[in-house]
Parts: sequence; structure tokens; C-alpha cells
Amino acid sequence: MADKYIVSSSPHFVGKESIPSIMWTVNIALLPAGIIGIAVFGKAGFWLVAACILTAMATEYVIQKGRRQPITVSDGSAFMTGLLLAFNLPAYCPLWVGAFGSFFAIAICKQAFGGLGRNIFNPALAGRAFLMAAWPKYLTVFNKPFVYDAVTQATPLGLLKEGKAHSVVDMGLTYWDLFLGNKSGCLGEVCIFALLLGGIYLLYKKIITWHIPISFILTVAVFTQIFKGDYLFNILSGGLVLGAVFMATDYVTSPITKIGQVIFGVLCGLLTSVIRIWGGYPEGVCYAILIANATVPLIDRFVKPRRYGVGI
Amino acid sequence: MIKLQEHKDLTEDKNIESASLPPRVFISLQQHLGKPLDIIKVKTGDLVKRGQCLAASDKGLFSPVHASISGVVKGIGNYPHPLIGFCRGIAVEGDALDEGHEAMVPRSPEEVDALSVDELRQVVFEAGIVGLGGAAFPSHIKLTPARPINDFIVNGAECEPYLTTDYRLMVEKPEQIIKGVKLITKIVNPHNCYIAIEDNKPQAIKIMREQARAFNWEVVVLKTGYPQGGEKQVIKSCLGREVPSGKLPFDIGVLVHNVATIYAIYEAVYLRKPLYERVITVSGTCLTHPKNILARIGTPVKDLVQQCGPLIREPKKIIMGGPMMGIAQFTMDIPVIKGTSGIILLDDTEAGPWHSGPRLGLDKESFCVRCGECVEHCPVGLNPGFIALAIAKDRLDLAEEYGILDCIECGLCAYLCPSRRNIVQAIKAAKVRIRSGKK
Repeated sequence: MADKYIVSSSPHFVGKESIPSIMWTVNIALLPAGIIGIAVFGKAGFWLVAACILTAMATEYVIQKGRRQPITVSDGSAFMTGLLLAFNLPAYCPLWVGAFGSFFAIAICKQAFGGLGRNIFNPALAGRAFLMAAWPKYLTVFNKPFVYDAVTQATPLGLLKEGKAHSVVDMGLTYWDLFLGNKSGCLGEVCIFALLLGGIYLLYKKIITWHIPISFILTVAVFTQIFKGDYLFNILSGGLVLGAVFMATDYVTSPITKIGQVIFGVLCGLLTSVIRIWGGYPEGVCYAILIANATVPLIDRFVKPRRYGVGI
Repeated sequence: MIKLQEHKDLTEDKNIESASLPPRVFISLQQHLGKPLDIIKVKTGDLVKRGQCLAASDKGLFSPVHASISGVVKGIGNYPHPLIGFCRGIAVEGDALDEGHEAMVPRSPEEVDALSVDELRQVVFEAGIVGLGGAAFPSHIKLTPARPINDFIVNGAECEPYLTTDYRLMVEKPEQIIKGVKLITKIVNPHNCYIAIEDNKPQAIKIMREQARAFNWEVVVLKTGYPQGGEKQVIKSCLGREVPSGKLPFDIGVLVHNVATIYAIYEAVYLRKPLYERVITVSGTCLTHPKNILARIGTPVKDLVQQCGPLIREPKKIIMGGPMMGIAQFTMDIPVIKGTSGIILLDDTEAGPWHSGPRLGLDKESFCVRCGECVEHCPVGLNPGFIALAIAKDRLDLAEEYGILDCIECGLCAYLCPSRRNIVQAIKAAKVRIRSGKK
């Protein structure tokens, strides 16, 4: 018997999760919302998704190549950033806008910080915030569902903000329309049902836990119920569910402990509600999560797991 | 706690079988926690008998070692050692007679009953018994607690994957284990006695329940999970209490002994048999016949592997102990020591890109994505990921503030990490640095 055995420190066993397995599972969970988004807004939505994903992956490849880093384009994280950015844009937004947002998200918000795991802000949301500042006119015009043409229509939250409608009935909608996606809005946010399906899949796969989504959504529900009196409308409109399930739960930019995650979720919820009720924008999920991202190091500093045998 | 892929089915229904007599054994002078033995009682050329004491010491923490076969002392020198690379040891060339030492005459039950508490401790000490769960702490020290013991826990959790030695002992030798427990209760006189077994071992639970009924000892069924069998975890699961950070179980009046250790104590007292053999699980999918083998201490690993039939595949890794905390060996010439509970042969056939399987130490680390798995599942409530990051920045002070010294090195963090970061590996190395810096 030759002595050719590998020597390394224990453990000599490894679990089944890896970065690619996690990222691709999330991408799969986003699939239903994407399909329905494209069904609602037509093939323009598909091209937007394609443009965002391809730009994100190409940007990641070029930067990693240039920095002589291992190429990790196939791990699904750049794919996810592109996909989520597209989900947060109106379907008829020009492709070059989406592509530019993707480039910004990967190049500035992710790779400039050192790559996956070192970014402070959620890249897709930071990309969207950048576009919102650079070309707001493309991001604030939404399209009427199921007409497959550039016929614009304000989002339910937009109507409410401008005072053009005060209730779902005023808008000529039902809660079922809001839930199933028969409304204007961003590409991936319209069908709450599909998003919940994806969320349940992620919970089942133990990729996410309930802590952030539930505390986020519940806070918005309670807060808007108190000040606006219609919690259901606020849950079912805008990007709340997309943000709470898929964006706020991003590992890299959320707290590491469960208690910290609840605090983070509540903070997201409060900021969203404040922006929606008193802010200048009709929707606040994007900025709420970005601001909450900035508090994560602080939360992690103060919220620590209870150590065995300490304080007894 | 995490449910691991256990692979115990490879050996759990295999009766303990005696290994064939090894032609040569290497008795290491370092088989206990403490300094190597310094008083060698034999010299090259001496004839020794099985059970004869070969080396001891006269100071500090130690436990004597004994010949495991009869034969001639061939040499005293540096031999491979499973934990520390090389160590002084005594090589004994077997004479194939396997002649036992005259002193090994079984005691009658009356003689056992007549032994005083101090005499019992002396027997355990002279038999060279150490903790057989892996830590190899000299048992007579644990049986001489500075404070009264309130709760005694028999640790039959055996949470490491593959290993089935404690399980087989509980199934095959329950009366002996119960006798061993009685001896320990006589020595430390606890108020309560618990037998802790994981719920993946229903057979052992049933058998031990029947045996323990007469004594009013409680069999505590633990949820299967790793590292349930860790001393601190088993105490928490049984008693709902925690050992304060930096303290020992003694400090809260608790004593924990592993099943195999208790069996060794039984043998030492009833059979006057020193610890020269133990049950070892030899397992892994590379083997045709994985087994639970009663092996002589000092037998080279390859002798035991050969008794498990021809290899199906050439293994990539040889692990002494379990796959979570065991030590990878560079050669099969390594002799087994008292603390060796298993010999696991691993190769990479089970490891697909997204599947659990042996970690060959060749995985590429990527940066921490802060998924929180290591924090969520750390059995002592640490933030292993942050500790590893602090170590990477050479901030040992920060690592210490994060509680690095409380780490029990179970390895769950590295097992769970999707970025394949060598978290516990970094922690182990840093702990050595911190402790040596303090001396």
C-alpha cells in the first residue's frame, strides 16, 4: 500500500450546500414570478430580463478576468443580480437602461467592494437606485397589464400617492387583481402569488428563514393599518413581497443572527411605510432595504448569539 | 444540532469480532492527555506477556501502558503516532502464543464488593484507563473529583458518523456496562444516574432500559444530531444545565463517562484486565466488509484494514476517529492507540459538486457570504465565521473576545459552510497560538 493519502484537518465531511446550489435554487424560485411577469407585460419583459442577466454576467466575467480572480460567473449570483434588477424595472424600460443598471450593480456595487460576500448594499437594488437617479423618466412610467403595448398606466401605489384614487375600488381593481398580477408595476413584482410560491420553495429548501420576510411584511401591515387603514392593499401593492422575500433576505447584506434579522426586517418595514405614507415616492421598498443594509454591521455588532455557559 | 449523513448502517448490525493476533505492535508512550510516559519498565530483548505494564510515570497527569500481545521487545524508539506524527514507543514482536500475564485473574463478585473506593480508583489507574470517547483523559482523575458529584451521565450518544463501537457494546455487553456503572456510582456516589442514548439507536435504548430498571437509573433518549455526544451538549440535553464557560463539568457536580470507558472499567475491576484492547469501527465504502473489531492497542491500521476484505477502491483519506473530528493519517502503518474509536476510509466517490460527501481538503475557499449557518448551528453559541475572519486579519485579541476558547472544535461550521471555508481549522490553529502565547 503506497502512502499517498490526503492529510487535512478535520472535518473530513462536508454538507450539501454550496454557493452555486444556493444561488441557483433562488433563481429557480424566481422563475414563476418571471414567467408571469412576462405573461402580463409581453415579450418586452423577456428581452429586458435577458439584457440585464447577460450584462451582469459579462461584467462579472470581464472584471474577474481583469483582476485575475477566479471566474465565478457560473455560480448564479451575477445571474441573480441581473434577474432581480430586471424584476425591479418597468417592463418597457429601454434595454440599454437595464443593461447600464446591471453593469453598475456588478461593477460598482459588487466587484468594486471585492466581489461576492463583501458588498455592503444589495447590488440589484443599488443598481436600481442608480437608474432612478440617472434616468428617472424610464423608471416611473409603467404599463397597462395584458395589452402588450406601450400603453401606460399608473401603479396602484402611484394612484394613491397622487390622490387620484383612495381605495382599490376607486382604481377599478379587486384584491384578487393585486394578488394575481392584473395591475401595472415592475416586471417581477406584480404577481404576489408567484412570489409567495417562490418564497415557500425557499423556506422548504431552508435557503431563507421566516425572520426577515415576516417581520418586514408584518411591520408594513401594522404601520399602514394604523395610518392608512388598509394593510391588505399595502401588502399586495408595489414591491413589498418581492423585496421582503428575495431582496432583504440576501445573505451578504442582512444580519447574521436570527434576532438581528428580525430587527432588520422591522427596520425595513418601518422605512418602507414611512416612505410610502409621507415620502416623495409612491414606493419605498428599494430605499428602505438599502438604508437598512447600511445598519447591518451595527446590528451584527450588538446582537450576538447567546454563548453556551456564559452568564449563568 | 445537525442531522448528518451517518453511514452507521455499514457496521451497526455487525457483531464485535476479535481481530487476528497482530505479528507486531507499537505501544506509544503518549496515549493519554498529559506528558509522555518517562519510566520505561522494559528494555530491548525482554520477554513480555499480554497485560504486562510497559511504561508509567511518577508525576503529573498520566496513565500507564501495557503490552497487548506476548513476545519480545524489539526496540524503543520513535514510531508513527496518529495524533502527533511521531512519538516514543515500544515495539513488541509477537510470539504467536498470546500468553497472558499471571496477574490477570478474574475477581469473584465477593472480591469486587470487598474493594474500597480508593482501591477501585487504584485499579482503574493501574489498568491504564483513559476516556475512550477520544479525549483520552485519565479516568482515575475523573473519578477523584474535588467536589461531590450530583449527576452521573453515561454517554452513549455516539454522534460521530460511521462509528458504532459504543452502540455494539450497549447491545452486546449491557450487563457488563451496568456493572461498570455500578462501580462508578460506588466511587463517586452520585444522586442521579442517567444513561444518554440518541434516538437513532432504539435497540440500545430498549436493552439499556431493561438493564437499568432494577437500579432506577433513567435512560434519557436524546434527539439524534451532531454534536449531541459532546460532553457539554450531553449535559445540557440530560440536565438542562450548562457548564459555565472556562469551567469543567465537576464544577457543577456532573460526571460524564463514555460507554466504552465504562466497559473498560468493568474489565479492569472484574477481570483484572488492563486496557490493552478496545472495540474499533473499521468502516467506509472502500471496504468490502466494514466491521466492529476488538483490536489490540498498537496494531498497525493496515492489519485491521486487511481483515475487512480486499479494498473495493483505493481510499483517498485514512481517518482515525470519526469523520467530523478524527485525524487524517499519511500512512496505514500508524498503530491504533487507546483513544482510537474508528478507522474510516474515505474516497471521493460520494462527493458530487452539490452533494455531501467526504471533504478531501482540496475544496477552494471562497469569501464568507454571511449565510449565518455556522452561527445558527454552533453548539456553543459562537459566531465561527466572524472568529475565522478575525483570525484571517491576525486579530487574535478579537477572536478571543468572540469566545474562540469556548470552541469545542466539533467542525459543524466547516461542514455547513457553503463557501467551503476552513473555519474550525483556522480556529484550532489559532487556539494553539493563543494558548502558547499565554504560557
